[in-house]
Amino acid sequence: MLEIKDLHASIDGTEILKGINLTINPGEVHAIMGPNGAGKSTLSAVLAGNEGYEVTQGTITFEGEDLLEMAVEDRARAGLLMGFQYPVEIPGVKNVYLLKAALNAQREARGEGEIPAPEFMKLVREKLAYMKMDNSFLQRAVNEGFSGGEKKRNEILQMLVLQPKLALLDEIDSGLDIDAMKVVSQGVNSLRSEDRSILMVTHYQRLLNHIEPDVVHILMDGRVVKSGDKTLATEVEDRGYDWLTEGSVA
Amino acid sequence: MTGVQGFLDQLGARKQLDAEPSWIAARRQAGAARFEAVGFPNRKNEEWKYTDVSAIAKQQFALTDNADFDRAQLDAMMLEIDAYRMVFVDGVFSAELSSLDGLEGDVSVEPLSQALASNHEAVGGALGRLNNVDFSAFSALNAAFTAEGAIVRIGRRVALDKPVYLLFVSRKQDAPIMTHPRVIIEAGSQSEATIIEHYIGEEGAANLTNVVSELFVEKAAHLVHYKLQEASTQEFHIASVHIEQARDSHYRSFNLNLGGSIARNDLVAELNDENAVCDYYGLFFGRGRQHMDNHTKVHHNAPRTYSNENYKGILDDRARGVFNGLVHIKRDAQQVRGYQNNANLLLSDRAEIDTKPELLIYADDVLCSHGTTTGQLDERAVFAMRARGLDEAMARGLLTLAFAGEVLDSVNEPNIALRVERAVAGKLPDRFNLQDLVEAQDA
Repeated sequence: MLEIKDLHASIDGTEILKGINLTINPGEVHAIMGPNGAGKSTLSAVLAGNEGYEVTQGTITFEGEDLLEMAVEDRARAGLLMGFQYPVEIPGVKNVYLLKAALNAQREARGEGEIPAPEFMKLVREKLAYMKMDNSFLQRAVNEGFSGGEKKRNEILQMLVLQPKLALLDEIDSGLDIDAMKVVSQGVNSLRSEDRSILMVTHYQRLLNHIEPDVVHILMDGRVVKSGDKTLATEVEDRGYDWLTEGSVA
Repeated sequence: MTGVQGFLDQLGARKQLDAEPSWIAARRQAGAARFEAVGFPNRKNEEWKYTDVSAIAKQQFALTDNADFDRAQLDAMMLEIDAYRMVFVDGVFSAELSSLDGLEGDVSVEPLSQALASNHEAVGGALGRLNNVDFSAFSALNAAFTAEGAIVRIGRRVALDKPVYLLFVSRKQDAPIMTHPRVIIEAGSQSEATIIEHYIGEEGAANLTNVVSELFVEKAAHLVHYKLQEASTQEFHIASVHIEQARDSHYRSFNLNLGGSIARNDLVAELNDENAVCDYYGLFFGRGRQHMDNHTKVHHNAPRTYSNENYKGILDDRARGVFNGLVHIKRDAQQVRGYQNNANLLLSDRAEIDTKPELLIYADDVLCSHGTTTGQLDERAVFAMRARGLDEAMARGLLTLAFAGEVLDSVNEPNIALRVERAVAGKLPDRFNLQDLVEAQDA
């Protein structure tokens, strides 16, 4: 699904990622943890295609394609979707309209026609209900005036409608109260399937109680210093990060 | 010959109206004299500070007397709208292309020449009452060349079942043409009507359209007035729109400008009695080297009169925009409310806007505000939409359209909204089919 090899990336000439290797197979859920400044957001940004980050070395292959050569919108259409840490407000553009335009862009890329409006509405209503979101969300401008929790739910709603092959979730738990956390993780868990993968970037182990990862990676100073199963997350929560670098080659 | 004399020379070449009434002849002379005296405005003139009309002054424009135009071509250009339609081709009325079938009751929609021929005295009260020859050089020129136009009279308590659609077509000619249409709308007391003035042109048409409109909104009348200007990007479009409002009347203007090389609109509303309400909505979208200038004035001449203005400008490439809005509250016109807003979106570093809101208040118990903003598209929002699979053009189009939203959402004619939407944002997925569904579900 996704293969990252020896990825180096810098911002304004400062190297942040210093040789990342990561392979995600279909059906797997991976979590990336790490202290502040480890390069977690840079990795998310590079995967999402955010300009301003320069990849100086290495490759990223998504479904056999060179991801770094793909425009932002082509990544989304190919099935790589990013759930943002800080979802942007888009005044004047209604949720329902963005959802439909996004879904149709994806269908068009696959050579399918536009989804008929009634079919689309049926799909959207079903997903809204699942995310415990009011129908009025559809008529509201994207994220405008939404609370932190509503914004995150909206990100997951978009995932549920667009059904990505690989969902990237950047600090999806930040700013969520416990109820919102439940709804959001329930939404994410419903995405789990044999051919879909999920990559979560998070500060806290708490999220991983709700969405159980198959693999946990610890990112420190621009490198993956350790990978393991979900118990690694608990260990990090108990012991902190320092023990991971003691005695290792920096 | 070009310049002022070149224009005046055309007066001699002008085809005479049949039995021209003396008052028309007198106005014509007054207009010509005024124009000769003041000449074209230059940029020392405060009202024209940012708009250079020397390209008009330098050009030689001829007059035409035929309205030949291909029916199928017109069908492809005009709004698909069920309306009472009058068509003018280069200012000349075409009965053949017009359609006034079904118009009945106390309403008349006719070309000005016909109204003058049948009863010129009935026109004399309105023509020129709101637009004097000294309003501007272009008004003087319009008076000098007055020949054709539209006159719409809506009787007392008449609620028109369909809009009146005044379509002005500009042809591409070997030599550029000038037209000076006059539009007169009389909305009788308690009447309700929608008027659509629509300016279109063949690609490459480089004519001068110099229109003067005078609208009389009588007691408790409701008039909605769309002016959709989609002329070619080589056309010169100059318009003066004057509105007079009586007690309890409601006038709503949509001044939508997409075309023209130079497009200048002057709107002047006189709110003459209590509870007159005037809404000015405007949108201008300039690309290439288009120049768009809107000068609006609202005169609150009586207490408890209300105005509300929202103008949105979108400028790309090297386009230039001008907004000048005046809210004037006369002495003793108490308890007036006047709001004005102008927001501009610059899509390119080389686009430019000059905006000047003005308040002149001579009463002490009033509520007024004005605001103006200029900005660019939010690049984070562009990115967020692309990250959902929308291509960049569509993302930018949607955001641009969202900016225009406050004005466009008030447009109650879907065909007009769609024209503007396409021009501003390109072809987008249908939003109306979703609206219906969402509304049905919420009901």
